[in-house]
Amino acid sequence: MSEVLIALAGNQNCGKTTLFNRLTGSNQHVGNFPGVTVEKKMGAIKNFKEATLVDLPGIYSLSPYTSEEVVTRDFILKDHPALIVNIVDATNIERNLYLSLQLMELKTPMVIALNMMDEVTASGNSIDVEKLSKHLQIPIVPISASKNEGINDLISVIKKEARKHQEAIHLDFCKGEVHRAIHSIAHIIEDHAQIADYPTRFAATKLVEGDEPMQRALHLHQDDLDIIEKIVKSMEDALGTDREAALADMRYSYIEELVKDCVVKNHRSQGLKRSQRIDRLLTHKYLGIPVFILIMLMIFYLTFGPIGGTLQGLLEEGIDIAVHALSTLLLQLHVSSWLHALVIDGICNGVGSVLSFLPVIVTLFFFLSLLEDSGYMARVAFVMDKALRKLGLSGRSFVPMLIGFGCSVPAIMSTRALSSDRDRKMTIVVTPFMSCSAKLPIYGMITAAFFPEHTALILISVYLIGILVAILSALLLKRTVFQGESVPFVLELPAYRIPSAKSVILHMWEKAKDFLRKAFTIIFVASIIIWFLQSFDFAFNFVEDSSTSMLANIGTWISHIFAPLGFEDWRASTALVTGITAKESVVSTLSVLTNTTSDAGLSSALQTIFSPVSAFAFLCFTVLYMPCVAAFAATKRELGSMRQALATVAYQTGVAYVVALVVYQIGSMLF
Amino acid sequence: MMTTLDKIRPGMGGIIQSVGGQGALRRRLLDMGLTPKTKIQVTKIAPMGDPMELYLRGYVLTLRLQDAAEIEVLVEEEML
Repeated sequence: MSEVLIALAGNQNCGKTTLFNRLTGSNQHVGNFPGVTVEKKMGAIKNFKEATLVDLPGIYSLSPYTSEEVVTRDFILKDHPALIVNIVDATNIERNLYLSLQLMELKTPMVIALNMMDEVTASGNSIDVEKLSKHLQIPIVPISASKNEGINDLISVIKKEARKHQEAIHLDFCKGEVHRAIHSIAHIIEDHAQIADYPTRFAATKLVEGDEPMQRALHLHQDDLDIIEKIVKSMEDALGTDREAALADMRYSYIEELVKDCVVKNHRSQGLKRSQRIDRLLTHKYLGIPVFILIMLMIFYLTFGPIGGTLQGLLEEGIDIAVHALSTLLLQLHVSSWLHALVIDGICNGVGSVLSFLPVIVTLFFFLSLLEDSGYMARVAFVMDKALRKLGLSGRSFVPMLIGFGCSVPAIMSTRALSSDRDRKMTIVVTPFMSCSAKLPIYGMITAAFFPEHTALILISVYLIGILVAILSALLLKRTVFQGESVPFVLELPAYRIPSAKSVILHMWEKAKDFLRKAFTIIFVASIIIWFLQSFDFAFNFVEDSSTSMLANIGTWISHIFAPLGFEDWRASTALVTGITAKESVVSTLSVLTNTTSDAGLSSALQTIFSPVSAFAFLCFTVLYMPCVAAFAATKRELGSMRQALATVAYQTGVAYVVALVVYQIGSMLF
Repeated sequence: MMTTLDKIRPGMGGIIQSVGGQGALRRRLLDMGLTPKTKIQVTKIAPMGDPMELYLRGYVLTLRLQDAAEIEVLVEEEML
């Protein structure tokens, strides 16, 4: 049985994800397209098991400017899918068909799934599907992905078309001068296009548009290139417009004629009218920003409080009970004490403390996918863009940075929604400077010991230092590493829609799976290593007192590096090292290493390790230095490169060092 | 009256005459349907004064003022 490859392509916000879920059910798997961090989702189609459906990124055009567009183009041209399923939003048919026309040039058989047809009819408009299909010479199936209507019809058409194995019928929609230019160029490049494995007409069209990757791919002679430029020049002169505008205009003119013939549009769509009413509040001149802040505060409150926090508490209790039971079982089995310690103190404590974050992360992603799927995220970008642009970012980066105050892991994971690679990377680097919730216990411990009367002041200044460093870093990165051109901020504000429960649940499940995989791989190994280092000395003897362990030795060695920052005590530096597994370990490590069991005991022990100034420098260092292993893993995954991930944490730790150094040195002079 | 898109007040609109700029930005504008002879309407300005919200071809788009300045529009009276 041979596998049939089918590509799902369409604009952003046209219900593509919902349709993908409808067509594949829950048997999906996620990967990346080779070489880029563009997500690639695949799944078998229901009732057509031998077909693999690949969800291509949501795009508006096949220009060569974004990685999403290039990926789509390359996938269709190089992987030769048997069929393209092009989803078109019927309520926004003009702009959606623009991509369809370009996809048709790729000479791959195609089916159009005309989505949201129910809304077109409900708004009092209509589309003559049969006529449209005849014009385009492509099967068109009206569907409603959100209401699960027409999906079975679509699947049977997909089955029929995918099995035909014939080349797509070629539709010639160009006219006049453009037509002449495309055809003369097609004639010149035919052999080159065949060798490079591109459909001739697509290649010719791209050359008329001045597409550089295509020029390189065809390996044309200079003579040919000169002739092509001459042809394009005379076309431009005859039309009185340039090459790019000429082709965009040609496609849209053709679409306008189609629409005139097949679409009856007497009313603005209901969805659009509803959206405009909602936006009267949500993007209101004065209320827009306060309402946004209110929504975010509520999400944070619910995530870390009543919903996520409560579930986290329950899960922690559950984990405790399970660990306790396991411990008892191991004791009954009379395993050696080091094995018991490895499993319980090492693995269970390490993995368990990270695992307990699962409810918070799932809850946070529940709300985030509501924001994203409803269409509100685009409004956030619209409202916040101006402020973020000063930092070289765009409005879209705001949400990940906010999530960073909760937890860097989902924050970094959510940068995936950013359309520009440059913005995504910059956001990943600066987001961990937003003090995450796992650092709160550290602040609590230090303020209780040194600044009991100024808790609020210290907390606020620590958060502000994080934000300030993030802003300065963005400005610095904008001028150095990420100089390049940012992707233009030309953003669609989609009509608000009620998110489908299925999509939201699948999204949460995906994130949970991701997180669990991490907890049981990277964190599992890291926990074992840390445990090993703190339980053995360099002669590999099991130590009772951790101050003679390898970790203590390493800590002492590292403490020389930290001496200029005022925390030369080996226990402080060891705590910072174990803090890399999870920030909460800073507190637990210090309490283990000082042999204290009560908070008061810990406070007085800390006073022998730090002075108030060095304690504050310690706080500054903790806010800024490299995030925990889980966040590092997310960074690596989203950046798609270990080298870049290491550079990122090196930068973060370097900044932390410098800031803590300045704070300590100046502070020591003043106090 | 001819003007650039960034100068048009909310509620007003017109017909696009030409799209300037270059590279990725210009291409994106054209791809999103901002081609000459297209009807366009300014519906809103963001709370901080930038970007602007537009209505064209049956959908809603946002553009920064600086990019909108590249688009020449022949202003018409009430477009609603």
